[in-house]
Amino acid sequence: MTTKLLIAGFGGQGVLFIGKFLAYAGLIEDREVCWMPSYGPEVRGGTSNCGVTLSDEPIGSPVVDHPDILIALNLPSLDKFEGAVEKDGSIYIDSSLIERKIEREDVKAFYIPATKLARVTGLSANMIMLGYLLKTSNVMPYELAEKVIEKIVPPTKQHLIAGNLKGIEYGYNYCE
Amino acid sequence: MANKVIMKGNEALAEAAILAGCRHYFGYPITPQTEVAAYMAKKMPKIGGTFLQAESEIAAINMVIGVASAGKRVMTSSSSPGISLKSEGLSYLAGCDLPALIVNVQRGGPGLGGIQPSQADYFQATRGGGHGDYHMLVFAPSTVQEMVTLTVKGFELADKYRMPSMLLADGTLGQMMEPVILDIGEVKTYEKPWALTGTELKREHNIVNSLFLQPEELEQVNFARYKMYEEIENTEAMYDTYLMDDADICIVAFGIAARVSKNAIDAARAEGIKVGMIRPITLWPFPKKPLLEAADKVNSFISVELSMGQMIEDIELAIRCKKTVALCNRVGGMIPTTEDILNSIRNAAKGGNA
Repeated sequence: MTTKLLIAGFGGQGVLFIGKFLAYAGLIEDREVCWMPSYGPEVRGGTSNCGVTLSDEPIGSPVVDHPDILIALNLPSLDKFEGAVEKDGSIYIDSSLIERKIEREDVKAFYIPATKLARVTGLSANMIMLGYLLKTSNVMPYELAEKVIEKIVPPTKQHLIAGNLKGIEYGYNYCE
Repeated sequence: MANKVIMKGNEALAEAAILAGCRHYFGYPITPQTEVAAYMAKKMPKIGGTFLQAESEIAAINMVIGVASAGKRVMTSSSSPGISLKSEGLSYLAGCDLPALIVNVQRGGPGLGGIQPSQADYFQATRGGGHGDYHMLVFAPSTVQEMVTLTVKGFELADKYRMPSMLLADGTLGQMMEPVILDIGEVKTYEKPWALTGTELKREHNIVNSLFLQPEELEQVNFARYKMYEEIENTEAMYDTYLMDDADICIVAFGIAARVSKNAIDAARAEGIKVGMIRPITLWPFPKKPLLEAADKVNSFISVELSMGQMIEDIELAIRCKKTVALCNRVGGMIPTTEDILNSIRNAAKGGNA
């Protein structure tokens, strides 16, 4: 099975980190993994995106033209990539930053006000979104989250592990 | 199972260089390969190596010439515009018969161009880049794992033949992360009795030089070098094939273009089109033999490139124009989509040009 994900938003929202998390999960599960960032002249506040492919077979193109799952963290990203999502795919939307609903009827939509929830709880929006993704998709097992975070957070930033895990847990348990 | 780690292509090739015994790196930052220099800056001081950010690309390549003359494994890296600046030094390395690894993580050109991936330095890499009659060994990785294995191979063959090697990657391969195995096994090393290591009054002076004012002598030097190149062309060409056994159409693509092509081939096969791929891993020497053999079996070829039709010339030469070669390409930092290539395959299957 192959799953192609595209995570897109503003620089600084943690787009690349979500991608990195999923890539490391794939590594731990001994799957084929490819993580491809957009590396244009992006700056904080500008647009940023990253494609992740998880597969049980060797991965061809690392470029995610047509994602199975789109995580849109801002409106420009939804506008740009909504049409590219595979039929029967999923779109995850931060509904506190994107007011509109999706236009397509052949994909599933998941709305979560991640940024608003983050502000209220003091947790980070990208981790809340990630937890929600783990709850509502079969991208990777939720039980792996702790192992992944421990692997991905550098030794100098170990104090951030607990907060990130709480964010994932909050998103996982989120009900509308 | 060997231990897998996940790394960016740029970091993986830097680590591979260290594993291959390179302890001297000279560079100058340029997107999209700056992570190579950053990695070396972090690692080299810890293992007794040299990391030096030179004042320019030209300075960096001349430092490479210095270390290569002393017989040590040495490397520089850059991206397209920076490689142009280094090209004088490449010619001197070749003219002095010096081994070194030069990494080009290509971006769109010409001029300052852009910072997105490209393969438009194909001619520059395979024809030498600098002035005079010479070649470099040119390796074209298509995975992060190959960034590792071909970096090592680049050092080994450079030493074996006393000539510069180039690792020709592109922005995608430099920037993307994939799992890699860094256990590379035994690294081949070669005696360097020609190196300038000091005579200690025990031997004759060694001389490293590319100046030969007597034309008769310079001619012989060139002849000898091309005799060696002939041997390399016969023995060192590397390539990979994908679904070529029953193929009617042969895609030729390297690096990132080969990755996208593989997806397009799978999609075309699902439509019943018999298409396969020959992926050159060395661009010089170019894998002429398998292409010529394929020319008697397939109906046509497609060259998939991130350039305006450069490798297509080598394909036509290799197959002696026995079959048509269509071009499927994007340039300027754009990458052909699976659909782009699939359309080219469909056209070729109908007997038309892509």
